[in-house]
Amino acid sequence: MDFLVAHFAELLFYFLAGLTVLFALGVVLFKNPVHSALSLLATFVTVAMLFIFSHAEFLGAVQLMVYAGGIMVLFLFVIMLARTEGIQSEAAFLSNMAPAAVVGGVLLGALISAGILLGVLASGHGNPAALEMVDGARLGNTEAVSMLLYTKYLIPFEVVSVILLVAMIGAIVFGRKDRFSEVGKEEVDS
Amino acid sequence: MISATHYLILSLILLSLGLIGVMMRRNFITVLMSLELIFNAVNLNLIAFSYQLGDLSGQILAIFVITVAAAEAAIGLGLIIALTRLRNTVNLDEVHEMEG
Repeated sequence: MDFLVAHFAELLFYFLAGLTVLFALGVVLFKNPVHSALSLLATFVTVAMLFIFSHAEFLGAVQLMVYAGGIMVLFLFVIMLARTEGIQSEAAFLSNMAPAAVVGGVLLGALISAGILLGVLASGHGNPAALEMVDGARLGNTEAVSMLLYTKYLIPFEVVSVILLVAMIGAIVFGRKDRFSEVGKEEVDS
Repeated sequence: MISATHYLILSLILLSLGLIGVMMRRNFITVLMSLELIFNAVNLNLIAFSYQLGDLSGQILAIFVITVAAAEAAIGLGLIIALTRLRNTVNLDEVHEMEG
């Protein structure tokens, strides 16, 4: 019991990290895209918990709202619209397995060693107070993030909103029906 | 004590899983989901270093990454809709007009 109390933060981290890896494995391994999407939803939720765990409370909330609330609904709608029953044969799954396994394994080993090295080099303990400071007063993570976002990072913020506008227009153009029915007609005529 | 190394290893595992998913799966929708895993790995890295260095810039950058990921998902899913309309498939092996 003393061990539990003394190491509560570590145990919580390992629990959340293990769940994240398990659900991420589910995303890659499930054959049915709906199961993959639900697994991805669980991954987003555990990653949001990890964000809150490392004093990024605002980002945890954003992760839940944007990913779990927005992007996942989009994914599920597309799975519903795109009728994917026909392609789940064994041949369609794991088609490039051998090269992917080699590349992924080598990359995983190299990256983990580099990550351990980086983590050792960037030593020092976390400083949660610095993540909540606004002009010398400790207000909260959301206040601090918004203060920085609307002063120092105002121009990148505006640029990113233009990216969102472009993506929205692009998605509408891709999704329009008449454009592709005309393309199909030209192919039939020629 | 949980240090940035723990977060780095977790994010590297997520990145590798996402990469393996992108290379192995032939279903366009699942490939996009694996891409989202990679974005999440990037965000975990940014948050871990933001915490360790006591610098909020990492969190701001993570917000931008989430925005770009949302834009990417919208475009990719639009492409899937167009692809199913045109070819009635979401299998990447069946789409080879460019001979890539």
